[in-house]
Amino acid sequence: MEKNRRSFLKFAGVSVLGLGSLSLLDGLASEDAIASSGQASADATYKKTANALTAKRWGMVIDTRKLNGRICRKIEKVCHQTHNVPHHEEKKHEIKWIWETHYKHVFPEKQDEFLVDRLKELPIPVLCNHCENPPCVQVCPTQATFQRADGIVLMDFHRCIGCRFCMAACPYGSRSFNFRDPRADNAIKNENKEFPTRMKGVVEKCNFCAERLAVGKQPACVEVSKGALVFGDLSDPNSGVRKLLKENYAIRRKQNLGTNPSVYYLV
Amino acid sequence: MNDKQKIIIGLIIFFAVFTFPFWYNHGAASSAPEPLLTDKAKEAKHCVRDADFMRKEHMQLLDGWRDRTVRDAQRVYEIDGKEYMASLSSTCMECHSNKADFCDKCHEYTSVDPYCWDCHTYPKEKK
Amino acid sequence: MLEKALKGSKAYWLWVFALLGIIAVGFGFYLKQLDFGLGITGMSRDVTWGFYIAQFTFLVGVAASAVMLVIPYYLHNYKAFGRITILGEFLAISSVIMCILFIVVDLGQPMRLLNVLLYPSPNSMLFWDMIVLSGYLFLNLVIGWNVLDAERNSVPPAQWLKPLIYLSVPWAISIHTVTAYLYCGLPGRGFWLTAILAPRFLASAFAAGPAFLVLLCFIVRKVTKFDPGKEQIQTLAKVVVYGAIANIFFFACEVFVALYSQIPEHMDHLQYLFFGLHGHGILVPFMWTAMVLMVGGIILLVIPAARQNEAVLGVACVFTFIGIWIDKGLGMVSGGFVPNPLHEVNEYFPTFPEVMITIGVYATGFLVLTILYKVFVGVKEEVAV
Repeated sequence: MEKNRRSFLKFAGVSVLGLGSLSLLDGLASEDAIASSGQASADATYKKTANALTAKRWGMVIDTRKLNGRICRKIEKVCHQTHNVPHHEEKKHEIKWIWETHYKHVFPEKQDEFLVDRLKELPIPVLCNHCENPPCVQVCPTQATFQRADGIVLMDFHRCIGCRFCMAACPYGSRSFNFRDPRADNAIKNENKEFPTRMKGVVEKCNFCAERLAVGKQPACVEVSKGALVFGDLSDPNSGVRKLLKENYAIRRKQNLGTNPSVYYLV
Repeated sequence: MNDKQKIIIGLIIFFAVFTFPFWYNHGAASSAPEPLLTDKAKEAKHCVRDADFMRKEHMQLLDGWRDRTVRDAQRVYEIDGKEYMASLSSTCMECHSNKADFCDKCHEYTSVDPYCWDCHTYPKEKK
Repeated sequence: MLEKALKGSKAYWLWVFALLGIIAVGFGFYLKQLDFGLGITGMSRDVTWGFYIAQFTFLVGVAASAVMLVIPYYLHNYKAFGRITILGEFLAISSVIMCILFIVVDLGQPMRLLNVLLYPSPNSMLFWDMIVLSGYLFLNLVIGWNVLDAERNSVPPAQWLKPLIYLSVPWAISIHTVTAYLYCGLPGRGFWLTAILAPRFLASAFAAGPAFLVLLCFIVRKVTKFDPGKEQIQTLAKVVVYGAIANIFFFACEVFVALYSQIPEHMDHLQYLFFGLHGHGILVPFMWTAMVLMVGGIILLVIPAARQNEAVLGVACVFTFIGIWIDKGLGMVSGGFVPNPLHEVNEYFPTFPEVMITIGVYATGFLVLTILYKVFVGVKEEVAV
């Protein structure tokens, strides 16, 4: 009796394990299945939109000399409006993609006792640096955050499991987490129907306006910045950003960490 | 084996719980709903792919669209010489603007709960 | 063997049902968290990991500490530990289960957990953590269960268990090392960016885990007919004190490097934890309590006469356990997040629902632990007869 029960249990255990790993293998294979259903079947192909702006490595130059409080607020507003970034009443639920702060917070490692007056109280925008060597991408356990061929570091909200490892890894505090449903309590005013919202439990951040680049538009913040923000291809020596960098001394946030940010500041 | 009675009672309880969904829904079964086409969809006659493919594999198609758009910046889906924006909110919902009758009905029937609408928008429906 | 857990005294069942009740309450709060989102916790965009991940980190240590029984018994042939090695392994099992639960309750989208398998990312330390933790759970289940089964049948454990037991030694080290790597490989977090983090984690684990085991041995002796043994408990106490001293030493090394070099990125976090920063210092009393408890525990444990008095030993173990729990379960994680990368101070403290969910997970672990220990004691009693 004992023997029988034992062998039955063993058999059952092995079967369950076998079936379980079968479905796991199925899952592992399914990524290819999805990809192939798009390609192999018939003759469907994917391509970029005809008017898309493209680059080898997108980057931004922020000219602090042209900044003032009004421009900074405009930048923040248009970005958050364009991307349906919710405004939650409670501070710990806060979500921001681009926001203004002061020199001592933008460059905490460059504390100067005798900082030039102009920079002391000047509002300066901070955003995702779209690092060439992004720690957030390195730590993501699902490749939900990834780096595109053109250097933009993006979020795949469909895949994010909400572990917030990327937020611990980001040395710039550029990421936010949806601690609650962004659609709750009317947190998104005047929803932009052209862009999706997020759901609770996923991380989000600046996307360098990837959705606007795809239809030939400059990032929303650049458009309203009155020339303070310049966007372009860092790998193209003739681009606007490279010209600015050739003629002006620029600094980047926490350069010593080796992340190689793509956002430059002219001070 | 002196626990015969207990075992039988246990088996009965197990069986009852196990088959609960069947008898709970007994008589409630209805025939599979047909998705309703809007006038615009009827007029177009042809979806991105043929109806049979769409019926069976629209989820794989959408998955492909989603991955290519988000991850590769390839937002245009080209098939049979025609180009479509790979977008649920604009392309699909432009013709199938009746989410309740086109999407939800079948999803409810098959008890699937896709989370598309947690983030993506759909057209306001005319009553 | 599991049937041994089905026969117990009234007190046993009372305890089991009390745990089930706590689990139910915790689960209720978890449903609320699922519904509302992680916003019901004290976490924010600045302190993105809180109580859950800290408990996870602490319990990985408790799990790893089983190796402190396995090494003496299997590698040094220290026979006395044969009596209680399985207790250590069963503690490891329930700890790893709690670890996994803490990860799950910390996720924003727990339904997508399997994405970690669907899109395997060897770059991510979390991916490796998943592998080492599930592997460790499997090893301890197989080893603990089979060794106990052999004991019950009065036969030596099967030969094929030997390689698994040897494997479990480095594997135990690996779980806490990988857990430390979650933190110490992040470029912008000066508090964690130290090569000594993994060794320090292990040292604190080898103090807290065996300290807890000593307390468990006292309880087992009190409520069952099985006596883990005086010598066993005394040896465990020595393990605790070695671990605790190593932990304090490593901590002192960290403090020296940070304070002597005076690099703000490394110093600010310590200042926040122990003295407060820019007027914020919610954790200050906790950190000093932890220090006092850890040092107090060491003092009680190094004095042979004190250690050999079991009442004092119990107190010392409680001190050590709670001290390390505060240090690791409260200070280590949020201390690394404050100040934030922009050098702003936004503090963290767990909320009520967060604490209730945490207690629920602990209750689940204790339930598993109770059942496993019940089986263990049942077998021991049966063999004794």
